[in-house]
Amino acid sequence: MNSIAGEAKVGAPMIARPKRRLNPKKKHDYMWGYLMILPTMVGTIIFNFWPLVQSLYLSFTKWGAFGSYSWGGLVNYRRLFSDPNLAMALRNTIVYALMVVPASLALSILVAVLLNQDIRGVGVYRTLYFLPVVTMTVAVGMVWRWLYNADFGLINHVLKLVSIEGPRWLTDPSWSLSSIAVVAIWGGIGHNMVILLSGLQSIPSTYYEAAEIDGANAFIKFFRITLPLLTPTIFFLAVTGLIGALQVFELIFMMIGPESPVIRQTQTLVFMFYREAFIFMDKGYAAAIIFILFLLVLVVTIMQFAAQKKWVHYE
Amino acid sequence: MATKQSKASKVVLHAILILGAVFMVGPFLWMVSTSLQTLGEATKIPPTLIPSQFHLDNYRRVFETLPFATFYKNTIIITVARVLGQLFFCSLAAYAFARIEFPGRDWIFVSLLTVLMVPGQAYIIPQYLLMMRLGWLDTLTALIVPGLTSAYGTFLLRQFFLTLPEELQEAAIIDGCNHFKIYWKIFLPLSVPALIAMSIFTALWSWNQLMWPLIVNTSQAKMPLSAGLASLQGQYSTHFPMLMGGALLAIFPMVILFLVLQKHFIEGIALTGTKA
Repeated sequence: MNSIAGEAKVGAPMIARPKRRLNPKKKHDYMWGYLMILPTMVGTIIFNFWPLVQSLYLSFTKWGAFGSYSWGGLVNYRRLFSDPNLAMALRNTIVYALMVVPASLALSILVAVLLNQDIRGVGVYRTLYFLPVVTMTVAVGMVWRWLYNADFGLINHVLKLVSIEGPRWLTDPSWSLSSIAVVAIWGGIGHNMVILLSGLQSIPSTYYEAAEIDGANAFIKFFRITLPLLTPTIFFLAVTGLIGALQVFELIFMMIGPESPVIRQTQTLVFMFYREAFIFMDKGYAAAIIFILFLLVLVVTIMQFAAQKKWVHYE
Repeated sequence: MATKQSKASKVVLHAILILGAVFMVGPFLWMVSTSLQTLGEATKIPPTLIPSQFHLDNYRRVFETLPFATFYKNTIIITVARVLGQLFFCSLAAYAFARIEFPGRDWIFVSLLTVLMVPGQAYIIPQYLLMMRLGWLDTLTALIVPGLTSAYGTFLLRQFFLTLPEELQEAAIIDGCNHFKIYWKIFLPLSVPALIAMSIFTALWSWNQLMWPLIVNTSQAKMPLSAGLASLQGQYSTHFPMLMGGALLAIFPMVILFLVLQKHFIEGIALTGTKA
């Protein structure tokens, strides 16, 4: 990007000119640059950067009655190590994410591939599959809580029709986490499908044509062409999906809730954070929990980035 | 991708897709059905699939027990304010990050990205304490102001602006336009798809947000739909027809909006996937 003033300077021979480091154009650029980013940066400093520093500080504070707090050193972190709630929440969060992300991706890939064809009603199908994405998570939680209701819910009724006694999906600790995972998978398919579809559409058809000439059937085309070329998109969805799944809150809150007898066994890290910060009013401890979550997200994301060399094909 | 398919495989394909569609949409149909039943009907065994009479009573009761209209009003105000705020502030900053050179620009941008790498809950407690000190607890202001700027929106739009040709501004600079004019008259009009994508994303996120409104606004007059619904379930945890009515009322505006603007929604989400 050469400015006209710059070119003129290069052409000028040995006339003595005062060296100006800030010509009017640069001044103009600098002023506008800083001005235009100002509102966003002010907002980010007030609501993101400074809170981050404060959160870190808070994780070292001890909270007492009536919201008073003082420096506590590592008291919160030491408590974390011996708190069975944390171990439970950590385990649940990881198990939940491992249940949701691979299943969601697998189903979404299947749906995206099926809907990438020119069949009748493809637009209608895509709309229907995308519908759960635009519905409020809180409402979705309420609807599925009704579906999962052990006595009157539709799921157990349908199971009864085939003589299966359905479990107490949301009040039996061995089922509660999986029940919520199903809802998350259900809700995420549409979103993943749309992104996968645009990834699929960027695969040149010449690859498929060449394969067809060689006599490849649909399976070979999928596993040798489609899937490898789709891996960058899958990687993106896996990373963002995992980060999102590790932060699950609304579904747990609406479907299980803080009062439920199984909340201890079903709680996740963010839910525990909410409970400690706003029900038990120990904001210092809650801040320490978030730090653990941050470490978890960091470790998981780094692991994913390191592993990508093994399975992601970049052109 | 054209595939030659026999009639049989076509039937199988549609069967699978229809089954999947039923799984996707079924819960909503069931929600509608339950909301039109009485409590007695809903708790009958076996269940009533299609209610004999459409009882609109549940909807009336939802509006009577909780200020649902206020929840709607609040949610709309908050969402519109945030979308407008982000549309302006994010695009402004994105233009500067993408097209103006100034000292420290890339470092500042990277610092913005670090915001996205931290779980959102790390900000909540200090933000809550700030709202408390400012006296903004239990106000709509508290729900709007933190969402007026967005690191994610800025990131998205900056990536998009980078794809626009550089020649655009050179002609304008020669003409003596300042950067704001270039941004306003040239870049913005060309970015409509990206701006729509960002608006949809922001609107959906804002509509969905639960934890922040839950902890900041405790009086019903100031609650948005998400917190309001949570209250409804808190009060009437087993009156499922009423709960389903409330759920329907909460999701129905977004669903209508989606059905009308489908193409934009889907293109918008696809855009966020390819640009990131």
